Amino acid sequence: MSTIKQKMSGWGRFPVHETIVSRPETTADIRRLLNSEAVSNWIAYGLGRSYGDTPLNENGGTLITTRFNRFMSFDESTGILECEAGVSFKEILDVFVPRGYFLPVTPGTKYVTVGGAIANDVHGKNHHVDGTFSEHVLDFTLLLASGEVVRCSRTENAPLFWATVGGIGLTGIILTARFKMVPISSSYYNVHYQRARNFEEALELFSESDDQYRYSVAWIDCMAKGNALGRCVLMRGNNASADQVKGPNPLPILHRTKLAIPFDFPSFVLNKLSINAFNALYYRMHPKDAHKLVGYESFYYPLDAIHQWNRMYGKRGFVQYQAVFPPETCREGLKEMLERLSSSNRSSFLAVLKSSGEENEGLLSFPKKGYTLALDIPITDDSLFPFLRSMDELVLRHGGRVYLAKDSTLSPEHFREMYPRYKEFQVIKNQVDPNHILSSSMARRLKIVED
Amino acid sequence: MKNVLILGATSGIAQVIAKMLAARGVNLILAGRSMDELNRLAGDLKVRFNCPATAMLFDAVNLDTHESFYEACKASVGQLDGVILCYGYMGDLRKAQQDAQHAKEVIDVNFTSCISILHIIANDFERRGSGFICAISSVAGDRGRQSNYVYGSAKGALSLFLQGLRNRLAKSGVSVLTVKPGFVDTRMTFGQPGLFLVAKPEKVASDIIRAIEKKKNVLYTPFFWRWIMLIIKMIPESVFKKLSL
Repeated sequence: MSTIKQKMSGWGRFPVHETIVSRPETTADIRRLLNSEAVSNWIAYGLGRSYGDTPLNENGGTLITTRFNRFMSFDESTGILECEAGVSFKEILDVFVPRGYFLPVTPGTKYVTVGGAIANDVHGKNHHVDGTFSEHVLDFTLLLASGEVVRCSRTENAPLFWATVGGIGLTGIILTARFKMVPISSSYYNVHYQRARNFEEALELFSESDDQYRYSVAWIDCMAKGNALGRCVLMRGNNASADQVKGPNPLPILHRTKLAIPFDFPSFVLNKLSINAFNALYYRMHPKDAHKLVGYESFYYPLDAIHQWNRMYGKRGFVQYQAVFPPETCREGLKEMLERLSSSNRSSFLAVLKSSGEENEGLLSFPKKGYTLALDIPITDDSLFPFLRSMDELVLRHGGRVYLAKDSTLSPEHFREMYPRYKEFQVIKNQVDPNHILSSSMARRLKIVED
Repeated sequence: MKNVLILGATSGIAQVIAKMLAARGVNLILAGRSMDELNRLAGDLKVRFNCPATAMLFDAVNLDTHESFYEACKASVGQLDGVILCYGYMGDLRKAQQDAQHAKEVIDVNFTSCISILHIIANDFERRGSGFICAISSVAGDRGRQSNYVYGSAKGALSLFLQGLRNRLAKSGVSVLTVKPGFVDTRMTFGQPGLFLVAKPEKVASDIIRAIEKKKNVLYTPFFWRWIMLIIKMIPESVFKKLSL
């Protein structure tokens, strides 16, 4: 099993860590790697779409899982798909959309693996109705640090199941999973676009009518100030039926032409002016109130159409910041966050607001009841980091938390307050991996795993 | 193309070829050493394409089993339309320099075993006057280099063998394709230092399928390796022996 020393980063391209990379092809390969004397610890790395240091392992080993991309079985009568953890959501859609099935939950990119979706307990536009991806997972097999393979479900090894869901890869290597696909009669969505003049209006619309839409999200202009603070475009919809789609095939795979960002944009391209202009244009581009039939690609994955869009943010990369606020405090929390953002002149190119459903039993799972706001912030200089620290404090003060799959800067103290069940997590971690064979840059930064 | 045998089906290139052929509804026999890995692949093709691929145990270096292996293939699908030989073994050159047994292993996998199984198949195809034979050789066989000359000489011998076989079978309508891939991103090359212009297995696999259909003789893939190797072959030996390629 060859290894290679390489600098790696997540999707935000910050931080960049040197690690020893290997790409196993068989379970026996993984066992050999975990046992190897030369490398003391490992973390799984799928398609590198988590933003920060979740899949990085400075001076340790990174185990690329993409060669575990086999489908294993599919039951037409129940929609239950069993596959290896390195299978990507894109491959699943390519195979199953034409057969009339869709993923139960998907994040905003289809370039994620099934293993990554479980380990980060990803959510999508339907969280307020369907919960996270893991809530549709019946069971998975997990290769432990000892080399033993165990099956985990809600009834079998349940504590390990809930530690692995959202457990950022620290309990073992997920090998295979079984989950339930959703039947669809078309691959289009009836989307209702509505402008909201500020975030208060958006919250009202969300709470008034979100139950009518299975998929719901709002793009938010974080540069707007005063009365227009948090103005946004709500995009909410439901899967269209076959007869609503014109043309002979209601179930096409919708690959959009791919644009590519061939090089790192110089840092001046995305500045306050250009981001402001984009945000204002994007807001006005959308009608006040309209219904439209939209294919799944542009509905779920607008950014997948641009290959390597993360290069837009230049060489220093960017951070994604996603926080959830509980219903009681969300008004003040969001208001304060948006005000700070617009007054500090930190521009966010893309910001997304969404209502979030009940939390699940995943010990380190992110979503919980309330509203979540996700921001992209380019790293222009080091002053961003104290700013993010103050954001963490703000989130904490309002009883919220930040999403580990996007984080690269949270402090261990804040992490512990945001994720109080980390203690239960550590107990299980120490049971299944007492020697910390599975570890990551993030795990050490947040002191989930002690050095 | 209806029934195709893939030898060494779990190799990086073979897996992609299998996927592409299965997508077209080709009935596949996936042969190799590890039934676990073959079944993993066959199961994947079944879910993706609803195609009944058959996994069969094939031990290349155990020549005595080749005859019965081929009979079993025919028994399972009837007539084979073609064979794609994808296995190979890089070995460890330093070890081969000290240990003749290891050098023999490299030669047996990459050359001797191919003669055995491909002759059995060629004799059958020649008799009935149809079929294609495709084998993956290597650009490493085009000129001996200090960095991999044992592997290279076995692949070079394989290329010569295929050339002769092509000549013999031309009149009976059986096509023989020699594939010479450059560096491909597979298990064999992952983490190897000093590689350049590394191709995706998807690119190489689709080139191979197209060349089989067009009944080509020799395929360099990606195409520019033909020109790279032409230049390398043209360097006079008096100069070449001093280079460290």
